[in-house]
Amino acid sequence: MIELIIGKYNFWISITLMMIGFYAMIAKGNLIKKIIGMNIFQTAVFLFYTSIATVKDGTAPILWQKANLYANPLPHVLILTAIVVSVSVTAVALALIIRIYKAYGTIEEEQILEMANEIPNPKPVVSEAEPSQIPNTASQL
Amino acid sequence: MAVTFVSFLISFALLNRVLNTGRISYWLGGWQPPWGIEYVLDYLNVFILLIVSFIAFIVSLYARRSVEKEIAEHKITTFYSVYMLFIAGLMGMTLTGDLFNLYVFIEISSLAAYTLIAVGRKRDALMASYNYLILGTIAATFILLGIGYLYMVTGTLNMADLRERLPALYESNVVLTAFAFFTVGLSLKLALFPLHTWLPNAYTHAPSVVSAIMAATSTKVGAYVLLRIMFTVFKVEFYLEVVPVTKILLVLSSVAIIAGSVLAITQTNIKRMLAYSSVGQIGYIVLGAALINQTAMTGSLIHILNHAIMKGALFLVVGAVVYKTDIEDISGLRGMGKKMPYSMAAFTIAALSMIGVPLTVGFVSKWYIAMGALNAGMWYFIPVILLSSLLTAVYFWRIIESIYFKDGETEPRTAENSEIHNPKSTIRNRDDAPLSMLIPTLILAGLCIFFGIFAFLPVSIAEKAAGLLLGGL
Repeated sequence: MIELIIGKYNFWISITLMMIGFYAMIAKGNLIKKIIGMNIFQTAVFLFYTSIATVKDGTAPILWQKANLYANPLPHVLILTAIVVSVSVTAVALALIIRIYKAYGTIEEEQILEMANEIPNPKPVVSEAEPSQIPNTASQL
Repeated sequence: MAVTFVSFLISFALLNRVLNTGRISYWLGGWQPPWGIEYVLDYLNVFILLIVSFIAFIVSLYARRSVEKEIAEHKITTFYSVYMLFIAGLMGMTLTGDLFNLYVFIEISSLAAYTLIAVGRKRDALMASYNYLILGTIAATFILLGIGYLYMVTGTLNMADLRERLPALYESNVVLTAFAFFTVGLSLKLALFPLHTWLPNAYTHAPSVVSAIMAATSTKVGAYVLLRIMFTVFKVEFYLEVVPVTKILLVLSSVAIIAGSVLAITQTNIKRMLAYSSVGQIGYIVLGAALINQTAMTGSLIHILNHAIMKGALFLVVGAVVYKTDIEDISGLRGMGKKMPYSMAAFTIAALSMIGVPLTVGFVSKWYIAMGALNAGMWYFIPVILLSSLLTAVYFWRIIESIYFKDGETEPRTAENSEIHNPKSTIRNRDDAPLSMLIPTLILAGLCIFFGIFAFLPVSIAEKAAGLLLGGL
């Protein structure tokens, strides 16, 4: 039992972090907080990858004459890519939030939803324009 | 546009080569497969590749006029760049033989998709895009975690290599967890029923071109990736002996088929209706795959093609209607049969095909899936298919009725008069979409019939691919 908890602490940490992030992504109403949650969520996975790369008594994967064992560099490289991906996702998300703020004047999800329900788009204009076409065709007859 | 045409030609050439020589593998950077990243082409993904590049080409032909209308002028250049990026991501997803590379391509195409949705005219598009971003990122991160688990126990990322190494570890909890993460992540990406919530909003608010390309390709590629993971990385025995995941998928996909159709009936916005109908159609694809036999798998693969063609055509027609009239409501289609006869003919053909009328493509794939269900001894899925075809007929009939049989509200009373005068008035009012939009739509609609009659063309490829997936051949 103790071995399960202490021996694999790296997994516990990353899973806990993941769940914190996941909770924030789902339960928070503020769009920015969701993004923060998203970053925690992704970082947890990155930590998970880097922690499985460790080799016992291994040094950093740099060519060095005294070293016998190296940590596995591949997960590091993978995560480097994943970090880039995560940064770009965050950038897109933040850009979207800026535009949402300009369009709605708020970044609280509930208020936005209310607004979307109150004014169902410029729809009425469209549906008014359409009967006016029909009398036209009728009058041509 | 030129680029997509060339890529279509290339994938056609590749199809020929694969048909002649079998599996092609390209080593990125010249590194040998288990270490380097490998691109693989076999019957399965050359089929998907062809669909993606073809639809991309058709839609880009169509896009010019529609984009001019729906997207601000200074954004158009960027729009096309992102569009190409999106296609590139999808093609990468189909081609790659490396799990991590797959993740990167998923993210490339998703990022492009978020942006494409966000250019929609209404501000709701922004929220739709944002929600998709959140869910899409959860999905991608799940997939990443799944990849991490598999890498942890096998030490390899190459799909073919994983296939060799995994069977020894099927009982391991790590592998089970990895598989669970993959399934959930990919189900989100391809919008399998309980995880479909992002899809209707995204399709409704995106510009018409984007709805068309996304409905026709992105969920299809998602389905392909699910098939890849399920049947190439893992083997069929995994489902028969270790975890009955396919049972769960069967239930979920049946629910998806029915619920998608029922929800589609309740919609008043055409795009949203088509989006829900997509949810149902994705159910078919997964159902065919989860039955695990040759016939059903073939049906599922053909349905990937069919759905790409049919939904592509439907969304293109809706795009044309929006282009001409700004109408997105079903009630607004009244009398369109006269106003835009060619577009509406295309719509009708595609709709009939969705219902699964014989001589159209929809029939072929439904037939194969139903036969597959029979072969698997699971006859109870046939009523599901029938019921859903019926529901599909209900929601499409509603539209077809208002297109052809409801004229302007005042006209029907003077039936005799209108009979005499109609020939003139149709000519006067005819206002169909411009040719650059009409031709791609008609090509797709024509293909619905063409592949319905000459069904052996896609079937022969799909059968080989299905055999490949199920470990035969």
